[in-house]
Amino acid sequence: MRSASLFAGRRALISALAATLVLFSAGCGGGEKPAGGPEAGAPPKAADTIVIGEYGSMTGAEATFGQGTHEGVMLALEEINAAGGVLGKQVVVKDYDTQGKTQEAGTAVTRLITDDKVVAIVGEVASSLSIAGGRVAQQMGVPMVSPASTNPQVTQIGDMIFRVCFIDPFQGYVMATFAKDTLGSKKVAILYDQASAYSKGLKDDFVKAFTAGGGVISAEAAYTAGDQDYSAQLTTIRDGAPDAIFIPGYYTDVGNIAIQVKKLGINAKLLGGDGWDSPKLAEIGGTAIEGGYYSNHYAVEEARPEVAEFVKKYQARYGRVPDGMGALGYDATRLLVDAIGRAGSTDGKAIAKALAETKDFPGVTGSITIDAERNAQKSAVVLEMKGGKPVYVATVKPPGAADAAPPAAPVAAEGGAVPAPNAPAPTEAAPAKGAPPAGPGKAGKSGAP
Amino acid sequence: MTRLLQTLLDGVAVGSLYALIALGYTMVYGILRFINFAHSDVFMLGAWVSWALAMALGYSGVGAEIPWFAPALVLVGSMAACGLLGFLIERLAYRRLRSAPRINVLITAIGVSLLIENTGQLPALFGTQPQRMPALVPDLNLATLAGVNLPLVDVLVIGVSVGLMLGLEFLVHRTRLGLAMRAVSYDTRTAALMGIPVDRVISFTFVVGSALAAAAGFLNAAKYPGLNQAAHPTWILLGLKAFVAAVVGGIGNLRGAMAGGLLIGLVELFGAAYLSPHLRDVYVFVLLIVVLLVRPEGLLGKAVKEKV
Amino acid sequence: MRDLASRSAAHVPPLGRALLTSLGPVAAGLGLAALLHLATPSLGGFYTKVLMDVGINIVLAVSLNLVNGFTGQFSIGHAGFMAVGGYVAGSITYYGGFALFGTAMVEPGLFTPGALLFAVATLVGGLAAALAGFVVGLPSLRLRGDYLAIVTLGFGEILRVVVQRSGDVVSAGGDAATAEAVRAMPVTDWFTQVGGSLGFNGLPFHTNLFWVWTAVTAVLLLSARLKSSTHGRALLSIREDEIAAEAMGVPTTRLKVRAFVYAAFFAGIAGSLFAHEVGTTLNPRELGFQKSFEIVIMVVLGGMGSISGTIIAAIVLSVIPELFRSFSEYRMIAYALTLILMMLLRPQGLFGVRELWQLGPFARKGAR
Repeated sequence: MRSASLFAGRRALISALAATLVLFSAGCGGGEKPAGGPEAGAPPKAADTIVIGEYGSMTGAEATFGQGTHEGVMLALEEINAAGGVLGKQVVVKDYDTQGKTQEAGTAVTRLITDDKVVAIVGEVASSLSIAGGRVAQQMGVPMVSPASTNPQVTQIGDMIFRVCFIDPFQGYVMATFAKDTLGSKKVAILYDQASAYSKGLKDDFVKAFTAGGGVISAEAAYTAGDQDYSAQLTTIRDGAPDAIFIPGYYTDVGNIAIQVKKLGINAKLLGGDGWDSPKLAEIGGTAIEGGYYSNHYAVEEARPEVAEFVKKYQARYGRVPDGMGALGYDATRLLVDAIGRAGSTDGKAIAKALAETKDFPGVTGSITIDAERNAQKSAVVLEMKGGKPVYVATVKPPGAADAAPPAAPVAAEGGAVPAPNAPAPTEAAPAKGAPPAGPGKAGKSGAP
Repeated sequence: MTRLLQTLLDGVAVGSLYALIALGYTMVYGILRFINFAHSDVFMLGAWVSWALAMALGYSGVGAEIPWFAPALVLVGSMAACGLLGFLIERLAYRRLRSAPRINVLITAIGVSLLIENTGQLPALFGTQPQRMPALVPDLNLATLAGVNLPLVDVLVIGVSVGLMLGLEFLVHRTRLGLAMRAVSYDTRTAALMGIPVDRVISFTFVVGSALAAAAGFLNAAKYPGLNQAAHPTWILLGLKAFVAAVVGGIGNLRGAMAGGLLIGLVELFGAAYLSPHLRDVYVFVLLIVVLLVRPEGLLGKAVKEKV
Repeated sequence: MRDLASRSAAHVPPLGRALLTSLGPVAAGLGLAALLHLATPSLGGFYTKVLMDVGINIVLAVSLNLVNGFTGQFSIGHAGFMAVGGYVAGSITYYGGFALFGTAMVEPGLFTPGALLFAVATLVGGLAAALAGFVVGLPSLRLRGDYLAIVTLGFGEILRVVVQRSGDVVSAGGDAATAEAVRAMPVTDWFTQVGGSLGFNGLPFHTNLFWVWTAVTAVLLLSARLKSSTHGRALLSIREDEIAAEAMGVPTTRLKVRAFVYAAFFAGIAGSLFAHEVGTTLNPRELGFQKSFEIVIMVVLGGMGSISGTIIAAIVLSVIPELFRSFSEYRMIAYALTLILMMLLRPQGLFGVRELWQLGPFARKGAR
């Protein structure tokens, strides 16, 4: 019996050591393999390619964000490489899935920089994750361009972090103005996601803008992403009899909330931000989300020629219409590669400098100029959920924008509160009203949410 | 008044779901004396299998034909599938460990739980994204009292839960099989000596518990159609609260589980409505700790002296 | 027959040997830690991070082994104590940094004032976690059975929700403004303004290989010495048969609580190291029962009661997620299957209760 246990013990010992050794050596060697799997005609490493990193939520509750962005990124890269790449080299992307978790975001960026040795990074969409990843990128001196994070804190991390979209102080202003002027809402209730920097910040910005214009916030309630039951919060909201409910969350929860709003018989318009932008919103929210309005970065029906061309290319490549994330991913990648070209090198600081100097870069989502806070000065569009699809309603420019390109005429304008004739009103009225609260994006830092 | 009635309604509905899940926990604990951590995943699968069935039968999409028996069909299908799953789990994972130290079985249960969650998220199965459960129950409002709607769905949830619980009561207290179950939970070895096929009774217990959890999953999906993906912590949290219900009611005690479930549902909803909705998860666990400190055997449980 | 005094005196080892066996391991551990720290530049960012993660996981797993392994209890709230330690230490380095130095991002290192603050903060974090361990452990360890598992789960959840409700991290845009704001705050606010659901952002990156592996040394020394001491043997007896141990006069509740508190202390230390690492954020949702499960799995796979087994399991399970990052969906499934198979086929884990050096050719007669 003793020998049996001795033998068993020795076996266990040897196998344990062997396993550990194998894993360690595999681990050390594994770092060099491009983890996308062995590719027969793999592009020659390092010397002939420029590697940029991407991190996004490919799985999880915000999966369409990461997937949409990724499609935009790949489309851009294919075009760029077909045209010869940049600095004489082809551009390759290495991407990691953050699963919607901040921990994974930090780890992904760390790995991209230290192991995959990327020269720059595109990502993320969710602001909380961009903040987590951005801190690492800033610490290690690698420039990062966020396609769609709108919380001001993201670029406040440091001089290596940029974004190609507008920020929430502006977005809050857009929806507040839309609610007040176009929908005529006097009382608005808020239901926001306390687990998301984006939702919290956008909520604060909306409240500031709405109350500054004389509106009243009848109730403010919070949920945590992933919750099922909102009855407690909605009952409180119902008591206040609001004209509209502002739900600055992500599409999965918004869909569920809309269903319960309807169930509780609350007759209020639903408003939201760019977190709504996903083909899954209508799928989850069904008829309950019909008639909801949200601000976004671009609309498929916009009359600008770049948009139509992009939609055509995207549809040919992927067989469906691009959402905001696809467009922003596309723009972010093209801007990043353009900056690398302008910098003339892959040095982090040089790229960051080139990014900071970006002026009037033609993007699908609008002309991109990077301001002193490393944010993009852009207009927003307001979309309405109609027939299970987002439909363009209006464009709102950042207040004080000099060039007055006429707002594109909405394609289908009918019914109740759709403001076809009113579309120009928020635009023109804005500069006349003087600097809106918190002066979104322009001079001076917007106050931290 | 409106708020009181609304909260009461929601509390009872949610509570009955907790009760159904708690029954599974308590039955397994009564017989095998261990906490089946994988039970919350059976509940999750009940919801997802219902979704898959509804999609496969063509009930989704605008203008789909939904026959009147659709909910019953999907419910039964889901219960059958999950009952089978429960049987397999017991047979493959737990049976060999019946005489092992308790920790081993607990760890195995955790392993099974992780396995189910992550397999469920595979693209081949349910995928990593949330989905919408097709509305099998018409969106009718049965009544409105003092401003509070009484949707058909809620009535269904409460009705089916109560029906199943009554069925279980009948099974356990009025049939021979139930007698066998009670005997095995009282003293396994003596029951075996009396000629009761212990293995089969245990398997049956798992099947029944899993079927109830599946029913809870279906009802949950009917009430909250936005299904979170399989590995989402929300499912585990719900299962955990149901487990707390079983403990509060007296673990091993069927009526305790039902009462506990109802109590937990009401505590959670009333706490959320009248105290703070942000702390809704906390109320349940605070109740747990209070009960464990004051009356660890649970409200309806009996303190068991351990014989050496 | 010599008298008792001289016989017992014969067992006292000579001073030299005594010093060697007592201080030797300490010196060796610190030496290794210092060596690793000096090797950091040549290791590169990625491997440094891996080594730090491995070290932190070792601290977590070995400390949990005190409770789950030695004492045979089933605690699944370890991540909760990690969170307590992390948040308390983070509050001190962040707000303390602003109050004392005017900025949170002070120079990290070994002997800088920032590092000193970090060390103090980590210790305080550990003590806070130990206190939490005492509060949680005392009522639940009085009872036998699975109650500890339930209570620790519940504790973890309550903590998560409470932290999610905390206020925003004070950050007024710029060090000077923030420092002013911080100095105007009451000290108690340091611990309530920790970022809530958004996580505690802005913590300085103090964690380096030296601190991590010093903590590893500490926890290993404690564990190994405990195991072969009277206290440790009493814990093992509780695991084997609690009623018999009680009958033998072992103060079971007191010892169980003590082991629990030690474990919580080190979890707190690990939490602080985790919080100040590059690329990690303290986030209440990600320090919940799932993280606790991961630590439990390390202890179980290594063999509950075996320190070396736990170390190996911690190393393996820290490295694997990185290896299989591309196949992450299958990784968790493989994980789960391994766990189940392990329990069915080799429930005692890798080494059972024995240590690496007690196996095979090294097994002594009757060694345990």
